[in-house]
This record gives sequence, C-alpha cells and structure tokens, in this order.
Amino acid sequence: MSDSVIIFERVSKTYPLYSHIARGIKTFLINLPKAIHDMRNSKFQALKDITFEVKKGESFGIIGKNGAGKSTILGLIAQVIKPTTGKVTVKGKVFPLLELGAGFHPELSGRENIVLNGILLGFTKKEIMDKIEEIIEFSELGDFIDQPVRTYSSGMLARLGFSIISTVEPEILLIDEILAVGDAHFQKKCTNRMIDFRKRGVTIVFVSHNMDAVRQICDRVMWLQNHELKMIGSPDEVVEKYLIQQA
Amino acid sequence: MKRQIRYYFDLLTTLTKKEIKVRYRNSILGYLWSIANPLAFAFVFYIAFKVVMKIDVENYTIFLISGLFPWQWFSNSVNASSGIFLGNANLIKKVNFPISTLPLTTLLNDAFHFLVSIPVITLFVILYKIPIKLSWIYGIPILMLIQILFTYGIALAISSINLFFRDMERLVIIFTTLLFYFTPIFYPETMIPQKYQSLINLNPLACLMINWRMLFLKGEFNSEYLFLGFFYALISLLIGYLIFRRLSIRFAEVL
Repeated sequence: MSDSVIIFERVSKTYPLYSHIARGIKTFLINLPKAIHDMRNSKFQALKDITFEVKKGESFGIIGKNGAGKSTILGLIAQVIKPTTGKVTVKGKVFPLLELGAGFHPELSGRENIVLNGILLGFTKKEIMDKIEEIIEFSELGDFIDQPVRTYSSGMLARLGFSIISTVEPEILLIDEILAVGDAHFQKKCTNRMIDFRKRGVTIVFVSHNMDAVRQICDRVMWLQNHELKMIGSPDEVVEKYLIQQA
Repeated sequence: MKRQIRYYFDLLTTLTKKEIKVRYRNSILGYLWSIANPLAFAFVFYIAFKVVMKIDVENYTIFLISGLFPWQWFSNSVNASSGIFLGNANLIKKVNFPISTLPLTTLLNDAFHFLVSIPVITLFVILYKIPIKLSWIYGIPILMLIQILFTYGIALAISSINLFFRDMERLVIIFTTLLFYFTPIFYPETMIPQKYQSLINLNPLACLMINWRMLFLKGEFNSEYLFLGFFYALISLLIGYLIFRRLSIRFAEVL
C-alpha cells in the first residue's frame, strides 16, 4: 500500500545473549571455548514473525505485557536496531519522545537543553532557534527556562521534553509510556496536543499500559503476546480482549 | 547535501560547546585543576630525574612540560573514551543520529583544553629565555590535527569495544601507563640504547611527542616523524572506523 509509512514484513529479531561477554575480557578468555559456543548458540527471541502496516496520519497503539517486545518494535522503527529476518520500511523522519531527562544535560539550562535536544533529534541550529520561543511558551516553564535542569522536577522535565517534540512538526512520533508523568493539567495538554497531531496528519506510534489513553488516542491497536502478534484491530475491541485475558 | 553538512557542523559544535561549558561552568578551578596535573607530574619527574638522578638534559623543566601537556591531552581523551557510548545509553537506544560524533566531541573538548593551556607552556618558555618562533602558528595546528586524527581512531575503537567487554577500560588504563614510559617524554630519545632506537618508529606517540617538544623548544619539526605520525594517524582512523562500523549496528542491543 502506498500510503503506509511504516511497513513490517515478517520481521523477526533475535539477540545473542550478551551476558557472557559483558562480564569482561578476562572471563571471556578464561572460558573461551564455552563463551564462543554460547555466543553462537544462545539466542533470545524478541520478536517472531511480525507483519503490520501503519498508514500515514494514523495513531497506532502497541499494548502487551512487559518484555513482550514493544520496545524492540520502537527500536526497529527508529532504526537503531536491525531486524534479524524480514524487512522494516519507514518513510519519513522518526522522532522518539525520549524518556525523562535523556538527551538533557543536568548542568545546562532549559534553554540550552532545547538546542541540544533539537540537534540530537536531527535539526540544525537555525531550525531550532526559529522555534525556541514557541517551545518555551508551550512548556509553561517561565523563568525556570534559564535555570539548570538539575533543579527541575520530573514533571517539569517531562514538560520540556514534550514541548520540544510537539513543536517541531514531527512526521512519525514514537511515544513509549511517557505521558504518565506531569500533573493532570499538563497530561491533559499533552493528550490534546496528540489529538491535535492526529488532525494535522502526524503518524503516532504509542506504547502504553494506560488503556484509557490508548482508547482515547489510537485509531488501531496491536497486541503483542510472548513476542508474537496476538491481534490487531480497533482500540475498543483489542483493549477489551486484552483486559479480559489479564483479569 | 548542504543541509547535511550544516547539520554535522551544528551537531559537532553544539555537543563540543556543551562539554566545554559544563567543564568550565562550575569553576575556573576546573581549568586550574587540569593544568595542575601535568605541572605536578613535571615537578615529580624534575625531582626524580634532575635533582636525584642528575639526568643530562638542559632546560629540563620546559623539556618535561612541553611533552607532558600534549600527553595529558592524549591520555585523558583515551581514558575517557571507554565510557562515552556507555554513558549515552538511553540516547543510543532511542535516537538514530550519527553517534560516531560522540567520541569526537569529547576529544575536541580535551583539545580545546590543551589549546588554552598553551599559554602556560609559553610562560615557561619565556622564563627559560627560549625564543618563541613564528613556526608555532602553523606548527601547533598541524600537530593538533595529527593528534586529533590519531586519538579519534583509538577512541572510536575503545568506546565501541567497551560496550561488549566492559573491563576494557581497565586494560586501557594499564596500556596508557605503559605507553607513557615507552614514549620519550621525561627522557630524550637520544638516551635510548642504540639497538632499541628503531623501536621509536613503531610508537606513534613518540613521533608526536618528539615533535611537540621540538616545536616548543626549537620551533622546528622532525619531518620524518611528522610524516610517520600522520601515517599512523590515518591507520588508526581507518581501523577505529572499521571497528566502529562493524560493532555499531549492535549498540542498541547490547546497551
């Protein structure tokens, strides 16, 4: 289909288990034959034969238990992880909404961190400077914007991060369980901004354990169970079945 | 294409500026501390080798300082490199950006620091009544460039490998310590016994450090070591890049 911006075709991902080498060169060399044997044979299957498409402008939810493979899917979309077999196609620039404080330096001010974060997300300095006032305004941080971010509460950090990503006109937005922070007012504002994104045609991939947020934001939902695709469909249908199984 | 270059430039300058800012923001002491280190070493070596062992080198203080400052830059950058990708784990796991710039920014931060410590070297040069030559103007950038290329290759390799073997950093510290004593920094290369002389050519750091010292003391280069140093820098860069390219596709998995 031509209007799909994310296409997974029979994607599987296995990791070698790195534990034996992460213990260090010393351990690795002492147990060399075993270590090499382990490296060849120990595999962890994170995803099995996943096929789905996300259309342009769609809000696509991913639900499932911890360790089901949700974050691996986000990694594949962000193209920081390569699939073992199968094919991942992504059209357009991907923006991950980073977890609290990632890509921020605690000693720098909020303003300086906006520039830093924007650059890491792939913008030139000029592109960020054009937007910086709008970002600051949306964040509602006021005078705090010139304070070092180590003085920020977690809610304020979340506001800063979300303000950056939501102001820069993302094409594909990846959100990994991020809206759980901040106060009710800001959460509402974020949810509104996401609904706003949907209207503007931004593609959103949303990973969450918050079923209410999933119902509210998503057009379609994928349920992952034990590294496999369990079902895909409308939010109400999938969430209902998921909750029944959890109970 | 033009935007791509612009972006790389912005990425590199913003990240480097960030590191420099953080380093100097809290105190001017940050500057004093890191020149204190090579100066303290110079003092120790002066006592040990000049006062006690009576080494026959004229202007021994400036002889030491002109080698210890660039060495400090090298060893700081190399020792710091093991933690670079490790310290940026949640970024590397989420964002697809040119991560090969991360070791370079740390290195450039140390390079900046070396640059601002050159006045200290100059001060000693003046105190010892050694004439300052115009050749510094092009000599310093040339040697800095070679050292940046060489160290970048090593830093890329170490920072990549350290993700898979987390005790790599210990090996690196042992290795840089050994290398320090094998490099003519607190002794002149002429004191190395004849039969080991040719081994200097195998030590890329010797090529660099001898030239730094010649530049600060005499305003000259040893062109043979200069070309050799440049050659090693390219080799280091090539190997470092190949290791990084081979391993970087797995970074997000192993972090």
